[in-house]
Amino acid sequence: MNNTVAEKFNIKNIIKKNFSKATLFIVLFVMWGALTFLSPYFLTYNNIFNLVRQTAVIAVVAAGMTFVIISAGIDLSVGSIVGVSGVIVSLLMVNGVPIFLAVLLTLLITASMGLVSGIFIYEGNVPPFIATLGMMSVARGIALMLSGGQIITGLPASFIQFAQLELVGLPVLFVVLIVVAIISHFILTRTRFGRSIYTIGSSDEVARLSGINMRLNYYAIYMLNAFLSGVAGIMLTSRLSSGIPTSGLSYELDAIAAVVIGGASLSGAEGTIIGTVIGAFIMATLRNGGNLLGVDPFWLRIATGILIVVAVLFDQIRKK
Amino acid sequence: MDKSDFVVKMENINKTFPGVQALSSVNLKIKRGEIHGLVGENGAGKSTLLKILMGVLQKDQGSGDIFLNGKKVNITNPIVAENHGLSAVYQHMMLAKELTVGENIFLGQQPTKHGMVDWKRMFKETRKILKNLNLNNIDPRARVDDLTIVQQEMVAIARALSRNAKIIIFDEPTALLAEEETKELHKTMLDLKEKNVSIIYVNHRLDEVFEVCDRVTVLRDGSYIDTKNVKNVTEDEIINMMVGRELGQLYYKEEFEKGEVLLKVENLNSGNRVKNASFTLREGEILGFFGLVGAGRTELVRTIFGADRIDSGKIEIKNKTINLRAPINAINKGVGLIPEDRQTQGLALPLSVQDNCTLVSSKYSSKYGILNNRAEAKLTEQNIKDLDIKTPSRYQQVKYLSGGNQQKVVIAKWLNIHANILLFDESTVGIDIGAKKEIYRLMASLLAEKKGIIFISSYLPELLGVCDRIAVISEGKITGILDRNEATQEKLLQLATV
Repeated sequence: MNNTVAEKFNIKNIIKKNFSKATLFIVLFVMWGALTFLSPYFLTYNNIFNLVRQTAVIAVVAAGMTFVIISAGIDLSVGSIVGVSGVIVSLLMVNGVPIFLAVLLTLLITASMGLVSGIFIYEGNVPPFIATLGMMSVARGIALMLSGGQIITGLPASFIQFAQLELVGLPVLFVVLIVVAIISHFILTRTRFGRSIYTIGSSDEVARLSGINMRLNYYAIYMLNAFLSGVAGIMLTSRLSSGIPTSGLSYELDAIAAVVIGGASLSGAEGTIIGTVIGAFIMATLRNGGNLLGVDPFWLRIATGILIVVAVLFDQIRKK
Repeated sequence: MDKSDFVVKMENINKTFPGVQALSSVNLKIKRGEIHGLVGENGAGKSTLLKILMGVLQKDQGSGDIFLNGKKVNITNPIVAENHGLSAVYQHMMLAKELTVGENIFLGQQPTKHGMVDWKRMFKETRKILKNLNLNNIDPRARVDDLTIVQQEMVAIARALSRNAKIIIFDEPTALLAEEETKELHKTMLDLKEKNVSIIYVNHRLDEVFEVCDRVTVLRDGSYIDTKNVKNVTEDEIINMMVGRELGQLYYKEEFEKGEVLLKVENLNSGNRVKNASFTLREGEILGFFGLVGAGRTELVRTIFGADRIDSGKIEIKNKTINLRAPINAINKGVGLIPEDRQTQGLALPLSVQDNCTLVSSKYSSKYGILNNRAEAKLTEQNIKDLDIKTPSRYQQVKYLSGGNQQKVVIAKWLNIHANILLFDESTVGIDIGAKKEIYRLMASLLAEKKGIIFISSYLPELLGVCDRIAVISEGKITGILDRNEATQEKLLQLATV
């Protein structure tokens, strides 16, 4: 008797039966629906575009982080690299380098910072957590040093306007995100590189004994991630119309949160780009909605924290 | 009184996993102070049944009952099981390898004094427990990682006893043991039996089951077949019950014409486990590697595969010296390794059957780094059919397959690149007889295609049954290479202990 009642109201069973990957989509739409209902301002052109622009930057960082986390690694340096990227691209442009070249050089530099992390991790066997913790500090230091701790202004008008542009009726930053997401998704699901990342994430030894070039893959994973952080830094600089050495602060945590809300496992071999992008939007919506509804921002932080843990908790229960 | 003589009684147990009925109406009855064999092919449900008994898994709601000492119990987790006097010694042992013997035995229940661990008493008690088991050669302060495998198992047994275990499950404890060590373990098991401890013994080697067990229960495809008194049944009868069909001769051997030299190893050295190894392998030949655990067999094949560093020496494949720096160099020359531990070295467990089957071959089927899904799907379906891999679909994660089917996936990985030198490292360990036989047949078909095989095993009947020649390795050195018709168990053992 007791058994059957307990079974009926067993929250674990309810979660198991009703929650799947599609749930993330539903959660996001329910949030949007509720906010539309609660705040007249939510579903306005300005707010939605703002939400989308904000999310685009962090979602691009999170897309890069997805590669790293699937490989069972972690990268704490992405926030700092966003900062470095902004400072470098701004300095180059202010000093007369053409926009295109400035962007290219910046991406090259940020990618090579990822390469440095990759080298320490692969060649030196330094745990990713430590190697990238070091890079986090180094990169931030470089950003502050190069800028002298000052905000860099006077960027070319066409660069600043970029973030405000629309393409086929969508904010261009969002279009950048879509392009990044599609390419990343393709890499993860359809290429040998993607398959190798999942294999490395399930076991280094298995990957090595299957003839996967570990060196190349480790380098590529951390380079790709830093490259995307560089892209995000340029997007952010355009949106803020200046190079700010402290920008991107704690983005690494938001990115990791988006990835795990999106269903990836920190122990590797699990995760999708679609999940990550939705994860980033869920987090951003929570903040945006909270602001609109006048929720105390301190409370909002607490809510974000709870969201992260609960999302992973549900995922764990579902898998059992 | 008669009834309560069953210390364990599991009746009509059902267990379903998504898409698989792992157990249906399974029974298991264990008497006090008996050694009870539990046998069946891979995927027959032995591990699942025992995990339910140990509280690691839960039986399906509403199905069957578990009685301990005649009392109905509900084993919701492993701690409940332990409190009921159940304990298990697993195939992959659950010891904290970095800690000492004493710490492992008292893990979670260290004796304390003023709230701090009482080390002196802990090691003293440990010594007492070990002495009780006649294990005076194990130092309570030794790190578990420094012990031999059989000693580690003894520690696990000691731990079980220190917790007043009345029922101990031995899950494939001899899989990695040499013959002497197996004897040692069996002796300890018989000692335990004298002390009225009941033992459930899972072992794929039936001769060992017959050596020590009183009764044996057979499972097949998740169903209970029968429980027999060992005295009233033969090995062949048990095998027939396990496979549900006449199996014929177990070891499968065809003679093939030996062709060109495929692999030539000269004075190979690597670390301190491979010393001056020299041998050749021809097309159509199976070369066995025999030796005690830790003799350096695994290291030798890993070195040939490029997984361990070469210090000196020469490896020629088809008369060409190859420069090995990483496994990929060997793979490119058509060498495949079916490693010792498929779970940690052979398979990407969270990935699908297809991902695993094409892990290596995707290199050849892909273009510009883009996977050719259609070709991979076709290849995988072919593997599933050819090797009879039991899986709901090619999308199934390999971690849900049984051991034998997992091993087939590892082999498929190499078949798909048409590897012509295959290194089988203890690849029939933990695999049931049916699957073993399939693997022997598969090896024969590979030989027919002029491939060469190196076959590591600790099990002499198997080596004598399938190999053309057998190389014996002792302490890193090849101490002899015997032809099939001159090799005997005695000669091989003698060379192995040189």
